[in-house]
Amino acid sequence: MSRTAWLAGGLLALFALPLVAGEFYLNLASQMLIAALFASSLNLLVGYAGLTSLGHASFLGAAAYLSAWLSLHLGLAHWASAPIALAGTVLTAAVFGWIALRATGLGFLMLTLALSQVLWGLAYRWVGVTDGDNGLRGLTRPEPLGVAIESADRFYWFALLVCLLAIGLIALFVRSPFGAALRGTRDQPRRMGALGFDVWLIRWLTFVIAGFWAGVAGLLFIWYHKYVHPSALSLQASAEVLLAVIAGGSGTLAGPVVGAVMVVFLKNFVSAYVERWNMLLGFVFLAIVLFLPEGLVPGMRRLIRRVKS
Amino acid sequence: MLAQLSNSNFLVIQTLNSLSLGGLLFLLAAGFSLIFGLMRIANLTHGSLFMLGAYIGVSLLEAGVPNLWLAALAGGVATAVLGGLFERLVLRSLAGNSQGQVLVTLGVSFIVADLCLMLWGGDPLPIQTPESVRSPLRVAGFTFPAYRLVVVALAIVVAIGLYVLIERTRLGAMIRAGVDDMPMARAVGIPVSRLFTIVFCLGAGLAGAGGIIGGPILSAYPGLDADMLPLALIVVILGGVGSLAGAFIGSFLIGFVYTFGSALVPDLAYVILFLPMILVIAFRPTGLFGRMGA
Amino acid sequence: MGIGRRQFIQATGVAGTSAALGFSAMSRAQSGPIRIGLMTVKTGPLASGGIDMERGLIMYLKARDYTLAGRKVELFVGDSGGVPATARTKLQELVEKNRIHLMIGPLDAGSALAVDDYIRSASLPTLSVAAAEDMTQRKPNPWFVRGTSTSSQCAHPMADYCAKTLKWKRMAVIADDIAYGHEMVAGFQRVFEDNGGRIVQKFLSPLAVPDYGSYIAQLKTNIDGIFLGFAGSNGFRYLRQFNEYGLRGKVQVVGGMTALDEAVLRNMGDEAIGILTACWYSAELANPPNRTFAADFRKEFKYDPGFYAAATHLEASVLETALQTVGGRIEDKAAFMKALRSVKAFTVRGPVSFDTYGNVVGDVFIRQVERKDGRLVNTVQYTYPAVSQFWTYAPQAFLANPVYSRDWPPARYLES
Repeated sequence: MSRTAWLAGGLLALFALPLVAGEFYLNLASQMLIAALFASSLNLLVGYAGLTSLGHASFLGAAAYLSAWLSLHLGLAHWASAPIALAGTVLTAAVFGWIALRATGLGFLMLTLALSQVLWGLAYRWVGVTDGDNGLRGLTRPEPLGVAIESADRFYWFALLVCLLAIGLIALFVRSPFGAALRGTRDQPRRMGALGFDVWLIRWLTFVIAGFWAGVAGLLFIWYHKYVHPSALSLQASAEVLLAVIAGGSGTLAGPVVGAVMVVFLKNFVSAYVERWNMLLGFVFLAIVLFLPEGLVPGMRRLIRRVKS
Repeated sequence: MLAQLSNSNFLVIQTLNSLSLGGLLFLLAAGFSLIFGLMRIANLTHGSLFMLGAYIGVSLLEAGVPNLWLAALAGGVATAVLGGLFERLVLRSLAGNSQGQVLVTLGVSFIVADLCLMLWGGDPLPIQTPESVRSPLRVAGFTFPAYRLVVVALAIVVAIGLYVLIERTRLGAMIRAGVDDMPMARAVGIPVSRLFTIVFCLGAGLAGAGGIIGGPILSAYPGLDADMLPLALIVVILGGVGSLAGAFIGSFLIGFVYTFGSALVPDLAYVILFLPMILVIAFRPTGLFGRMGA
Repeated sequence: MGIGRRQFIQATGVAGTSAALGFSAMSRAQSGPIRIGLMTVKTGPLASGGIDMERGLIMYLKARDYTLAGRKVELFVGDSGGVPATARTKLQELVEKNRIHLMIGPLDAGSALAVDDYIRSASLPTLSVAAAEDMTQRKPNPWFVRGTSTSSQCAHPMADYCAKTLKWKRMAVIADDIAYGHEMVAGFQRVFEDNGGRIVQKFLSPLAVPDYGSYIAQLKTNIDGIFLGFAGSNGFRYLRQFNEYGLRGKVQVVGGMTALDEAVLRNMGDEAIGILTACWYSAELANPPNRTFAADFRKEFKYDPGFYAAATHLEASVLETALQTVGGRIEDKAAFMKALRSVKAFTVRGPVSFDTYGNVVGDVFIRQVERKDGRLVNTVQYTYPAVSQFWTYAPQAFLANPVYSRDWPPARYLES
């Protein structure tokens, strides 16, 4: 079968899922979609810019908190709160990127971690705005084009559409000339500089764009959960999405999606049957590193090629 | 705030507190710095090794090891062996794959955390302060825990020991050569592979022993790993990666900033650890004493 | 641990088979097994209490052969890891996949608040362990019943005891800088100051503080005592470091309901002896249900049950009483909720009833740590009978104030 046929079949199956799956599985699938978009946004940095960020939860959390606060405190409707929340998230990413990109490598990782911990601390401490560890609650889901998405199947379809659109745009971005230049800054930063590219600017723009898509994931997150707690900004949340990207295979489009689906599956489904699910998750990561060190998707591709030839 | 600063009792006690926290942080961070300096591996299991050390210390002392120092030695050796195995069996194959290293070191820290919960349960476990330094020191009207002063002294001894090891021994000369220029070190016949294992063992052992030495103050509890790892990272980044002097000064600097900061501006207690680091790195990306790009 | 886990598997095995038998034997409309969901924490830093919650509940169900009000009971356990978003997903799983009739839990306030609206939309009767004040006060959830305590419900009597019985005038308070800590010390401060005392120092320390040295060094020694509002391992570390600084005997210590829980005590030494705490439970309570429960629990797990084990055991008693009232028909939600909210039961904590907001009215005990048979226990010194979440204040007036927080009531007597 051709690649296009596979793709079409897969899409059809995704859209048809609510016809066969029950409520619980649909909700699980919605969470996988949100995680997949979140991981894809981080992949822009980790995979295509070669910058390992351990603070990406900042942007999912910032969008979720902003959207929640705007509707609770200012009473804004979703059509107004969503773009403002995204704008605020982009602004946060612009500032954080400006600071974090003073360094690369471990320094960058630490600065992203530190900046996200500052946001996490704010969420705990700035009770007047965030209600501390009580979190913000009493929220609603939007009604895009007048269609309520309160039920599990409708929300799933909505999230699926948003994620497909977003990941499609991310794919276009990666394949654009800008994307090629970005990969250049990852592989040959000095040469790119010598060729007249502004390496720093390319990285910073990518950081902001990654923040934007994480913000979109954050909006889906808050609409899905209708609740946000400081744990959305925690180191654990940042680590989890980073692990998903690397385990799936950074620098590929499918890798982070597969990684995110796997992490959500282990965390939210397998954990009902395996008491030591944290250990299992650790061993899965260990196994991936040992046997498919480049990540699940590229690793499997390599194995398949080897079997074929 | 001013009233507190003009209070001599406050100043003296908080200075001692800063020093003791700094000493503890140095025991934690020295190993991390050493490993990163030579091997370029951000060992995110470092907090787990610290916690594992603390739990092993609890069990050793329960099993009849006569004192804390012996327990710290034995626990340090145990975590050093575990660290060495991890380096040989797993990290070795990931040289140059920094993302793989992040994945596997975080993955192993998940395993260690869950393993500790399984083996030692979820309750906080105490490590008794050695009898000889259990009662607080009372000098000139000030009361201060004697054990904390021992921790400061120990940190200084360890710092001197590491300094001598690195600056004055053959092994140290090889390590320095490796840190400065790895291909050159390889070319002149330094057994880099064995060197890596030795340094990783040393770093892991320091973390484990640090967990036991810190035990009388911190205890062993689930979550100790996640509490300590960011501290190690902050110290090392602030001081400059791969610089022992940087780790030493970074530890005490963080000790002071945290202790005085949380007392003087309690509203910032949640973020006080990260703000100075952000400021320093934003203006000096290699850290205060870093010699090379981070 | 090893023994406990094996017994757990046996227990769930029994539940599974009996449930399967029950299902095939009975008609499917209304009389299958009653499916209970326990939302707890079995991994991460909160696991200690969460595992005890599971043990306490299983002990109750086992003692009744997994039969309540004549119907078989099936138990499903969800582990949230203490992360609110995960708690929500786990609850969805319990409701949508396991079709539970009722939830016991969750442990932490964050998780309880995260599932608040879901509980409403799923119309799910809930017996909570989490202490978040407003869930039974200004924003009561009609499906929410709490047999344990709000954050401040035990802090009020502790303050009363300090002011009236101990005749203390000047005190300091310290707690974790989270809502639970804020609510507890706020309640303590209010009652203490209403009875003529003054809170002269108030510390709120971040959750992940490895070293309390900086806070301990600031503590005044010319005060009558300090109130500890910690939960989990933080109180344990604070107290050990407090002693390290030679403050034991210089400054008296009292604590809230989770500060010196049995789970913490079993790893403490003489440094804890003499400390007073207030809680709605003690393993030492001599009432008949608790004498059986505490002895059985100690026999099986080799340690005393504490706050969390007693919490689920108590909630199960409340559940059974309500089920008996409605003849086991938990499916008739309106009737069942009505029965649940009007339960009067005698449980391991003694007699309980509920106010109109779904929160418990029950005894609160002032307990003192003592050494008995070689282990540390919380001996009951004094009993405050039938304590309400509103203490002695009129509910209407109480609710007209803002919810307890870091800034309310304002601390007027702080000394720098």
